[in-house]
Amino acid sequence: MREMMLNLQAAARKAILESEDLEALEALRVRYLGKKGELTGILRQMGKLTAEERPRMGQLANQLRAELEEAIEQRRRDLNDRMLELQLQREAVDVTLPGLPRKLGHKHPMYNSLDQIKDIFIALGFSIVDGPEVELSDYNFTKLNIDEGHPSREWTDTFYFDPDSRVCLRTQTSPMQVHAMETRPLPIRMIAPGRVYRKDEVDATHSPMFHQIEGMVIDKGVTMSDLKATLNLVVERLYGAGTVTRFRPHHFPFTEPSCEMDIQCHKCGGKGCPTCKGEGWIEILGAGMVHPKVLAGCGIDPDVYSGWAFGMGLERLAMGEYKITDLRLIFENDVRFLEQF
Amino acid sequence: MNLSRKWLNEFVDLPLSEVPDRAFAEAMTVSGSKVEVTEDLSETCRNVVVGRVAAMEKHPDSDHMWVCSVDVGREEPLQIVTGAQNVSVGDLVPTALDGALLPNGMEIRTTELRGVRSEGMLCSLKELGLTVHDYPDAIENGIFIITEHCAPGDDVAALIGRDDHVVEFEITPNRPDCLCMIGLAREAAVTFDRPLKLHTPAVEAKAGGDIRELTKIVIDEPSLCRRYTARMVRNVKIAPSPAWMRERIRNAGMRPINNLVDITNYVMLEYGQPMHAFDFSCVTGGEIHVRCARPGETIRTLDGTERALSESMLCICDTEKPVGVAGVMGGENSEIVGDTAMVLFESANFDGVSIRRTATALGMRTDASSRYEKGLDPENTFRAVQRACELVEMLGAGEVVEGIIDVYPAGRKETVLNLEPGKINALLGTDIDADTMRVILRKLGFAVEGEQVTVPSWRADVEHWSDLAEEVARFYGYNEIPTRFTGGISTCGGLSPEQAAEKRVGEVCRSLGMDEIITYSFISPSWYDRIRLPADSPLRNSLRILNPLGEDTSIMRTTVLPSMLEILTRNYNYRNKEAYLYEIGRTYLPRPDGLADEPKTVSLGAYGEKMDFFVLKGWGEALLAALGIENARFTADDKNPSYHPTRCAKIFAVPSDNARRERSPDRSADTLAVPPAGAHEVPIGTLGQIHPLVMRNYGIDAPFYCAQLSLDALLALRGSTPVFRPLPRFPAVTRDIAVLCDAAVPAGDMQDCIRAAGGETLKDVRVFDVYTGTGIAPGKKSIAFSLTMRSDDQTLTDEHAEATVRRILAALEQNFSAQIR
Repeated sequence: MREMMLNLQAAARKAILESEDLEALEALRVRYLGKKGELTGILRQMGKLTAEERPRMGQLANQLRAELEEAIEQRRRDLNDRMLELQLQREAVDVTLPGLPRKLGHKHPMYNSLDQIKDIFIALGFSIVDGPEVELSDYNFTKLNIDEGHPSREWTDTFYFDPDSRVCLRTQTSPMQVHAMETRPLPIRMIAPGRVYRKDEVDATHSPMFHQIEGMVIDKGVTMSDLKATLNLVVERLYGAGTVTRFRPHHFPFTEPSCEMDIQCHKCGGKGCPTCKGEGWIEILGAGMVHPKVLAGCGIDPDVYSGWAFGMGLERLAMGEYKITDLRLIFENDVRFLEQF
Repeated sequence: MNLSRKWLNEFVDLPLSEVPDRAFAEAMTVSGSKVEVTEDLSETCRNVVVGRVAAMEKHPDSDHMWVCSVDVGREEPLQIVTGAQNVSVGDLVPTALDGALLPNGMEIRTTELRGVRSEGMLCSLKELGLTVHDYPDAIENGIFIITEHCAPGDDVAALIGRDDHVVEFEITPNRPDCLCMIGLAREAAVTFDRPLKLHTPAVEAKAGGDIRELTKIVIDEPSLCRRYTARMVRNVKIAPSPAWMRERIRNAGMRPINNLVDITNYVMLEYGQPMHAFDFSCVTGGEIHVRCARPGETIRTLDGTERALSESMLCICDTEKPVGVAGVMGGENSEIVGDTAMVLFESANFDGVSIRRTATALGMRTDASSRYEKGLDPENTFRAVQRACELVEMLGAGEVVEGIIDVYPAGRKETVLNLEPGKINALLGTDIDADTMRVILRKLGFAVEGEQVTVPSWRADVEHWSDLAEEVARFYGYNEIPTRFTGGISTCGGLSPEQAAEKRVGEVCRSLGMDEIITYSFISPSWYDRIRLPADSPLRNSLRILNPLGEDTSIMRTTVLPSMLEILTRNYNYRNKEAYLYEIGRTYLPRPDGLADEPKTVSLGAYGEKMDFFVLKGWGEALLAALGIENARFTADDKNPSYHPTRCAKIFAVPSDNARRERSPDRSADTLAVPPAGAHEVPIGTLGQIHPLVMRNYGIDAPFYCAQLSLDALLALRGSTPVFRPLPRFPAVTRDIAVLCDAAVPAGDMQDCIRAAGGETLKDVRVFDVYTGTGIAPGKKSIAFSLTMRSDDQTLTDEHAEATVRRILAALEQNFSAQIR
């Protein structure tokens, strides 16, 4: 009997290892370990054994059963692994084929630049203010210390809606300074981006409609020092840390003192090149201390409050950032242009 | 304004060797006189020397060329071939050597001309950048024969005044005093802290007589002519002016003419005071009247053009007629000519605005008018006329008559300001002491007595203490002002809730694949015809620009649709296969007060293979969902003339209970229209396919899909911050039903009916199939809905679900005669 069991053990082991699929393996389990299987068949002959041999054979049979069950289980795992491997091979894809195209929309490049600026100023405690484009000349000019007779008020420069030149398309975002001072509680920290209009024919650098960003701070104790500190910070964010700036006197009727801010040409490092027209510097914005007359005209006491303001052109900023060579592309809206950004 | 560095040295010692152009430009720019560009004139006239023609012989192989032997101060003469016929042996001629660079850009190399070696070139005036105005004795077509005292080998650049550097300034309009040598010299003197050397003109007037016996000057318009100063010169001898004057005039960018005219231009360049010289024999009645033109008057100006004058134009007249347009240009009738014997010098001050308008109206902006239009210093007329007469005597151009006529009706107005160092420092954020401020101001010509500052007459731009702050800051140095945050209360920055929602709209559009566009706010009125806007449409009431650039940009749009169609059309015509675009753009709706309401519209537009009505509607629904607008309703709209009558929907929504009402307190300026309270439906906009007739107007044979949604409505209807709803604890039961009904029954109505009948248990209903055709009777359709049912407090039983479905089917049958399939 012992011999029979050892023969069965050897045959079963071999058969299990050679089984090639789960069905065959299951058939082996039934054949050797099933209720009517070979092992059971051998055990049926236990009655012929002596009382002494019986427990020994019983023990051996149990060992054999456990061993074969383990072998079957092991083989089952191996076969499963192998099947998974085959399945994975069947599922192979060419990863170099293109993905399913998902078209993402694009923000207009100019608004990319604008949003950068908004984010910087928001972080500095500024609000964003919006206002009318169809504007009273009073706000666009007079309240900004731009008198009747100033050349910018001529019909050759400004679009008007009435013969008395009372209502115009704003030529600058600066009237937003006046609106803000007249309506918002103090202190004020705001920027006002928007469309402005001047009577310029369309060419590579001109458009009758373009965009500016106005900014203004009104508070007690505000100085030209603040102006410089804030704008330097903004410029470092826009053009990178270590950007060299300079301020030079300029003239705007509604700021005094007035200045323009230049950054050192990034291309030539200030030596002078075609990008900076040989000057070594690139003008980026105009600014100044809000003229005390303008403050007073907006009902703010210039002996208590002071302020500074700046204005910059958005098109030129975006064109510089993205190396766009022709302003007309900005308003042409060709998708082959828009999708580059 | 072009400044000659050589000339500048007459007023301030700033030799090029000590202050090169670069340093000069940088310092002047940061003190307020912006330098555009500097140019070394000798750079463009290199290796050109004086040569003496030593010998000439005919070119062996040409009947007109000469082979010259030219002494250029070297041991060996050069052999140069020339085609010019005006050269003789012994002439001094400008000789471009091998490697020379000429002002016209030409480079000269040794070459062979018809087999004969030529080691340079003999130059004409033109090749040296000159004209006969610069050298009146020379000839236009031929070699420039030098008559100046010089020797072979001398540098021609220096000889013709090109040994100079020219600095071009961009002068801001508030500083007309800097449009001349003396003004810029003053700025340079303060910038470099060097003395300013000014000269007081002295006139001998040996001719005697008295101008007052010869002429009379009457100002009829004292508001337009604040001062008129005149002197006279007799026995005038018209001749070329001397080389030094011609060079300075030329290097300043003007053209030498003759001694008298050059003197007026020279004085303008030096003092900034435009002058005019009249041939007095042509001044009828011997009187000057400064008056406005009379109706119908005309004048032929010095440029030879006959010009009609209007009554607002100030003129210089004799007793009969205008002899000049004041401050703009003289008349041909009193022009200085070769035989002019008696000259009247005008040095006057005119109103800037009047001069500018006249110059613009006549289309002639001159060197004089461009100075006058900025408002000049009336105190300057006297000095200038004196200087002109001094130059007349210096050049021997005539004899100055004794006496000056100086009509100055209102006299001088002085501006006196208080120097308030505390205020100035508080504005600048500096700590500059009062004495430093006084020193700066005095150097600039301000008279400072204690705290009292008298503004010099040429600084009309200084009228307020803050202007003094700028003067101090300019020379203290803008870049010396400390860079630090000094004051103020902190404010919290950020987008308002409305701005944040608008930003969200843009993000959603981009995530749906649309590109952002920016279009002009003004359009052509004909664009309303293109979108088939009815003649009586209120949208045709647009603000009209009275002085537009052209018809295409003449009115402010009241709808963004044509702007979108324009861009779609352009992209289509560029053969871009598809375009998915959006713009958040303003429209401009006229208000009774003449201004405009400027609401924003979310404008979507697309074409391409993948587009159809439902893609567009899906975009609309996604936008509404992103803003938390849950109860929007789409209804068919066959009345919109721009859209396909059976493929267009209007969108409405009822403000839900949780629609935003809150406003942040400090953003009152960013107000938006809030819909009226109550359950009124608010229109949001329109979406659909563009009408084929509109497409025909745009010449496009493909469908465009557009939507226009009111941003104000979207913002007003948007949901508030979402409140968490517990996830369902019990499983849902799904049932699909298909019913047969009239094809015309809107699916939306059936969905509403299903929702009402389904009650609480019905959580979702979706259309998943609409079918007509084989097996379905004509005029009928099969429509299939997927119903999702769930109970919130127990697992839904089949019986309960069946009951709900039966209720729904009964309601569909009752309302739409729909039969289950």
